[in-house]
Amino acid sequence: MFQAFLIKYGEIGVKGKNRYVFEDALISRMKQVLSTVDGTFKISKEQGRIYVETEGVFDYEETVAALQRVFGIVGICPVVLAEDRGYEALSQDVMDYMHRMYEGVTKTFKVHTRRANKRYPLDSMEVNARLGGRILEEFPGLTVDVHHPDIMLHVELRSQICIYSEVIPGPGGMPLGTNGRSMLLLSGGIDSPVAGYMVAKRGVMIDAVYFHAPPYTSERAKEKVVDLARKVARYTGHICLHVINFTDIQMYIYDQCPHDELTIIMRRYMMRIAQQIAADTGCLALVTGESIGQVASQTVPSLAATNDVCTLPVFRPLIAFDKEDIVTIAKKIDTYEISILPYEDCCTTFVAKHPVTKPQVERIRRSEQALSEKIEDMVEEALRTREVIDIE
Amino acid sequence: MTAYLDNSATTRCMECVTEKMVRVMREDYGNPSSLHTKGVEAEHYIKEAKKFFAENLKVSEKEIYFTSGGTESNNLALIGTALANQRTGKHLITTRIEHPSVANAMKYLEGLGFSVTYLPVDSKGAVSLEALEKAVCEETILVSVMYVNNEVGSVQPVDEIARMIKEKNTEIKFHVDAIQAYGKYQIHPKREGIDLLSVSGHKIHGPKGIGLLYVNEKVKIRPIIFGGEQQKGIRSGTENVPGIAGIAEAAKVCYERLDEKVGRLYDLKAYFIEGIRKLEGTVVNGETGRDSAPHIVSVSFQGVGSEVLLHALEEKGIYVSAGSACSSNKPSVSQTLQAMGIRKELLGSTLRFSFSEETTQEEIDYCLRELSALLPVLRRYIRR
Repeated sequence: MFQAFLIKYGEIGVKGKNRYVFEDALISRMKQVLSTVDGTFKISKEQGRIYVETEGVFDYEETVAALQRVFGIVGICPVVLAEDRGYEALSQDVMDYMHRMYEGVTKTFKVHTRRANKRYPLDSMEVNARLGGRILEEFPGLTVDVHHPDIMLHVELRSQICIYSEVIPGPGGMPLGTNGRSMLLLSGGIDSPVAGYMVAKRGVMIDAVYFHAPPYTSERAKEKVVDLARKVARYTGHICLHVINFTDIQMYIYDQCPHDELTIIMRRYMMRIAQQIAADTGCLALVTGESIGQVASQTVPSLAATNDVCTLPVFRPLIAFDKEDIVTIAKKIDTYEISILPYEDCCTTFVAKHPVTKPQVERIRRSEQALSEKIEDMVEEALRTREVIDIE
Repeated sequence: MTAYLDNSATTRCMECVTEKMVRVMREDYGNPSSLHTKGVEAEHYIKEAKKFFAENLKVSEKEIYFTSGGTESNNLALIGTALANQRTGKHLITTRIEHPSVANAMKYLEGLGFSVTYLPVDSKGAVSLEALEKAVCEETILVSVMYVNNEVGSVQPVDEIARMIKEKNTEIKFHVDAIQAYGKYQIHPKREGIDLLSVSGHKIHGPKGIGLLYVNEKVKIRPIIFGGEQQKGIRSGTENVPGIAGIAEAAKVCYERLDEKVGRLYDLKAYFIEGIRKLEGTVVNGETGRDSAPHIVSVSFQGVGSEVLLHALEEKGIYVSAGSACSSNKPSVSQTLQAMGIRKELLGSTLRFSFSEETTQEEIDYCLRELSALLPVLRRYIRR
């Protein structure tokens, strides 16, 4: 029935002269996601609106689902398009539409006509009134409410006639690629994929780094991270996943530093390494899934001790979220089921039975001095030997 | 160098098997139920396979049913027999060390109102005959015991069990899960008092997705899969002809010069155990001599997590299992090791090494060498 979608976008509208940059980014991302859907799609920008027109057969459900993964879209309106063949034909098209959508329902409605084609013989008030009258005649269950209608029937008079009444919510946010690129520290857990999703929603492109510690973490644990990255990439587009072999560094810390500080020191080196990759690849910030108080390494003193080594901004979108709220988003973006698969990650393998929860930055820095002999070479080696996986 | 020491999880398919299967899939690909020549050709492979297994097991051809593998064979044996005989009684007996395809089928039957007795085992993993004697009652209709345990290689006294239950009541049916035993032992169900016997293809260098169940013609059994009434309605579904041709070919090769091959496996096993015992902090679980299976060795390594050791060996190209591979997607403590009373701190430190006729002494030497190098390193880096 529908041959087109009208795309509503929110915040872009308020951007001034560079508005086109945002619109073009949105359209390019839409093209990308629709390229994976069965069907032929034409995307056009017209008087501050974006239309997706389809040719021939296409998968309606898949198309909507794909568009719902495009950040920047606020609403997706399935639209019926018709040639302008005079008012009578228009009136009939509207009635056909209403019969298909609202036969037998009891609701209130309002007709909202936009006369973009200024040469249309009737003005918009007249069209509203005539169509409203006919609907009242043909649909005994429908009554008019001009203030809070259940059904807002939009009729747009352009070069073509455009009829719609349904707005499917989009994900909101900003179009991808309008806010640079950041490096996500991706573990196999529930939080980090959600963090990546949330930052990407603000238009930031995402690359990721995973710390692999064979034989303490298995090949399946790495597979799991790749699978998670794939899920996130459905929203964020291409992700460059850097896999760092962290075992030697971890062992060295284990040998040289107080055991209860192991996790904090490890995390400081993860940040340092992530920062280096970020610098090499043009990422402007780090993204983590940290959330205050979730585990010993995420108390405020621990976060401060970890943050001590960071020179890039670190985005922690989940910082004040409760676990339940994070899980809700993880389920929405379909990463939850993968995240709960039981493979060890390298943070848990050696975690002390009683790790520090109130580390002092000074003490941690002193402890790290014991690493000075080899650590720089080891970090360099880890960076040099990293595996890079392209996630589409 | 690599060493594949996980042959109880699965084995490499033999070349003569894959060749035969390719021929079935590409040339003799007919549906055995079809009336035309193509169908007859395909049916021929099934007949030939049945003939082989009938001779090999010394049973009748009509007592062989092909299934999708060991799990289905066990499910059909237990659920099919229990449902068909429930008017005689609703009590079943099995052991605490069965494979999940038996244990979980039993759980399912419990949900349907059957009661199940789970027999304990001794520290060597052998089932207690005393407990069995006590458990058999008037209501008992079916006893299911595995021939060779998949985790530690203990061999159950199948003959004695059969004799004991038949003495009590000849009507009680006896099912044996022989998935780890077939291809290593000459099994003659009728002579040994076994009424149902499960076999799997991929444990004997055959393909995955094929197994068989021997059902004594006197056993009442109901299907658990419904469809076109193939295999006398007991197992509907177009027969997996390439699989059937494959499993028969593999079994044929397996039983050629069996004694010689098994003797060699026992020598390898003894050699491996000797090497393991020289390593500090190791415990070999279960029986180790000729009264255990020739191809399975279970070893606990004090102070080392089994998964970590598994992955460390994997990095060296050595492939083994932690506990039983079929359930190791979720790290859970092994039921078998628990039932044997293995010390708690060793439960999570146990690996299974399993051999096949393709295993070489070089592989075993390599594995022992790498173990002796890895163990001290892994023991140094532990959670504390």
